[in-house]
Amino acid sequence: MTSNYLAELEAESVYVLREAFARLDRLAVLWSLGKDSNVVLWLCRKAFFGHVPFPVIHIDTGKKFPEMYAFREHYAKAWGLELIVEPAPPEDEVDPTLPPAARSAARKTLGLQRALEKHGFQGLILGIRRDEQALRAKERYFSPRSADNRWDMKDQPPEFWNQYMTDFPPGTHVRVHPLLHWTEIDIWRYTKRENIPVIDLYFARDGKRYRSLGDRDITFPVDSDAATIDEIIAELERTQVPERAGRAMDHESEDAFERLRATGYM
Amino acid sequence: MSTSEMRPLPIVVVGHVDHGKSTLVGRLLHETGSLPEGQVEAVRESSRRRGMPFEWAFVLDALQAERDQGITIDTTQIRFRTERRPYVIIDAPGHKEFLKNMVTGAARAEAALLVIDAAEGVREQSRRHGYLLRLLGIPRIAVVVNKMDLVDWSAERFGEVAEAFRDYLAGLGVDPVAFVPVSAREGDNLVRHSPRMPWYQGPTVVGVLDSFEPAPRPVDRPLRMVVQDVYKFDHRRIVAGRVEAGRLRVGDEIVFSPSNKVARVASIEAWHVPEPPTDAVAGESVGITLTEPIFVERGEIVSHPERAPMETTVFRGRLFWLGARPLEVGHTYTLKLGTAEARVRVERIERVIDTEDLSGRPADRIDRHGAGEVILRADRMLALDPFDANPATGRFVLVEDYVPVGGGTVSMEGYPDQRHLITRKATNIHAVGHAVTREARIARNGHRGGVLWFTGLSGAGKSTLALALERELFRKGYQVYVLDGDNIRGGLNADLGFSPEDRAENIRRVGEVAALFADAGMIAISAFISPYRADRERARRAAGEDFHEIHIHAPLEVCEARDPKGLYRRARAGEIPDFTGITSPYEPPENPELVVPTHELSFEECLALLVDYVEKHFRR
Repeated sequence: MTSNYLAELEAESVYVLREAFARLDRLAVLWSLGKDSNVVLWLCRKAFFGHVPFPVIHIDTGKKFPEMYAFREHYAKAWGLELIVEPAPPEDEVDPTLPPAARSAARKTLGLQRALEKHGFQGLILGIRRDEQALRAKERYFSPRSADNRWDMKDQPPEFWNQYMTDFPPGTHVRVHPLLHWTEIDIWRYTKRENIPVIDLYFARDGKRYRSLGDRDITFPVDSDAATIDEIIAELERTQVPERAGRAMDHESEDAFERLRATGYM
Repeated sequence: MSTSEMRPLPIVVVGHVDHGKSTLVGRLLHETGSLPEGQVEAVRESSRRRGMPFEWAFVLDALQAERDQGITIDTTQIRFRTERRPYVIIDAPGHKEFLKNMVTGAARAEAALLVIDAAEGVREQSRRHGYLLRLLGIPRIAVVVNKMDLVDWSAERFGEVAEAFRDYLAGLGVDPVAFVPVSAREGDNLVRHSPRMPWYQGPTVVGVLDSFEPAPRPVDRPLRMVVQDVYKFDHRRIVAGRVEAGRLRVGDEIVFSPSNKVARVASIEAWHVPEPPTDAVAGESVGITLTEPIFVERGEIVSHPERAPMETTVFRGRLFWLGARPLEVGHTYTLKLGTAEARVRVERIERVIDTEDLSGRPADRIDRHGAGEVILRADRMLALDPFDANPATGRFVLVEDYVPVGGGTVSMEGYPDQRHLITRKATNIHAVGHAVTREARIARNGHRGGVLWFTGLSGAGKSTLALALERELFRKGYQVYVLDGDNIRGGLNADLGFSPEDRAENIRRVGEVAALFADAGMIAISAFISPYRADRERARRAAGEDFHEIHIHAPLEVCEARDPKGLYRRARAGEIPDFTGITSPYEPPENPELVVPTHELSFEECLALLVDYVEKHFRR
């Protein structure tokens, strides 16, 4: 039953990735080095028979954990990725009305926006999931963005029967979300089944582990003794603490995440 | 096996705005212990700060915009589990404006809860949502009669509301699994039976949900794999796509439609698997290599040759419309069906459905949030299935200005499979050159050979005019012969009936015979209704430049009033199935060589028109 369910999730994601590759020129995938985007890269290799046939972008805030940089260099080579590293702009260039942690996160958005303009990408693949956060629950598999990178949450195209919005007016781009229907626990089960490498920070050391990885200064570990994937899965089956509890920017004010997303945060 | 290892059953909650969908979901999560720690307290606190009474719906409404308007504007996805299994609840908006979001959510569901306010009763969106669930093909529906606390837990009121809606759903062919009286706000009959409604003996909401079985994957239907792409990343040429129905095995002979190319499956490719697969079933995304290096493209459907999809340029769609601009006759849209795309024109709107009472009426447009039946004609051959035969390849989306504006299901009622039009069965036959030349025949006869192809409704005057024209031309010295039902159906086509396929084959043979007459130097007049444009185009190809399409034209009302053989009366009485103009379509010629309007001209004028035409075009 477990393997069937994972196979269904995988088949759906592979279908979405192939639709994106067939229909969009100048496609790229965003790699945050976290567990979800590692699964996205893995699914790309499933969809394209061992290949990732488009560039892989990492927006570098310069504040990631050292383990993350080592991971990036190693697997970019091992997986034969066409890696593009784009530095995020300094914090004084982002919206000063945002709360501090959100401002830090917004650097990534601005960096992403600039990378899109620089390389002229029409489609960008991201590993967000509906279960992560209430706003992401409202996303589409193919989510159009306006020329200025905005997400119009209140006027999204209908999406049904595996038919996605794949044609766009000039100047706009689309975010593609192949993991939309996955949950955190699914990600771990699949990571285990496929033996996908992950950064050690996810596993408990001295009673703490990271559930979600962001910038060093705005991401905090949770209390945990889970030192293996099996233990993480067991922990997730028990916990009712939300996944992004350790992400400071989600909690500074009620609408911080909404404001980040409307302007292009992933 | 713990319930978290099972596939969650996707459920959609729909219903009229303010009938309590979000409240039901919020309370259901609470009752089943599925909310994260602190969520209810956080929302209570947030409501207090805003000076608003706490509502269970707020638990779901993460957005300021939603709280301000008090309506769910998009679908939300919530997971919860019962002792039986996990669920994903899709909470769909009930406000009419957000129908596209409701459709987006509901299309993913395998079962639906339709919520109705016990005090307000059945409302506009209750009916519309019921109709859409049917059109979207959601197999299982339960009706939740909410807010029983507002009607004093009255069994009588519950009975009234349930009865009214049961009748409406019956008209759609939907038989709900259950009607459950609840108070979502108070938590009655959600998980446990309510002591306040002892008269209700049926299942609780969770009881109903747990009784649903997940929809089985359509592995027993004929094989359908939609081609997404063809990859050549390395030495392999891989045809990639998803198996939508049936089973595909290595070694199978397969046909690609609509290109009709045939090949054999050499291998099923996969990356990072213990061993290469030897078969694939419905739901799997796969890649295959072929034994023959044939050229195939995205958009084709792979099947086994003996159970292939239908091929057609025209079909009937039952659709719902979400576009801001109405759907209108003559407009063109981009059709997406499987991975295929084509331009389609709305040839006719057969009827618009009033979701209030399910009545149909003729119209020339379908407005936003409306539904109806339309005839769509594509600019190229499509491969598809009637929805009932194979849902995944029998439904479509229409796109206008980049945005999906409608969706619907395919019906092929009254339309033949056009596969044989483009499938040449005999490829080893070569045309035999004749010793007698065409010029010699024209010199002997004093006129060219050719086909006068009459087409028109029953009662338009085809046979009468054909026989009169034959007599007149013969008198003038022409070699002429009428092909009609009397001399064709009795012999050459005695094996054919009147199904759309047989009628198409009947016309195909007439076209070939007429072409032989023309080649022999004679004028063949064919007098068949020949309702389908594609069939007539094929007859034209058979005869080449000697083909003259002549529309013997009179409007349907006129033909029906004439009704020389009483056929229309019998068709209206339901005694003749597939009667052109009544139960099956007539496609008028687009550019006929001649139109003879028999309702405007006298019989003699019509005959003179035809004779003049022949004299002008056939005399040497």
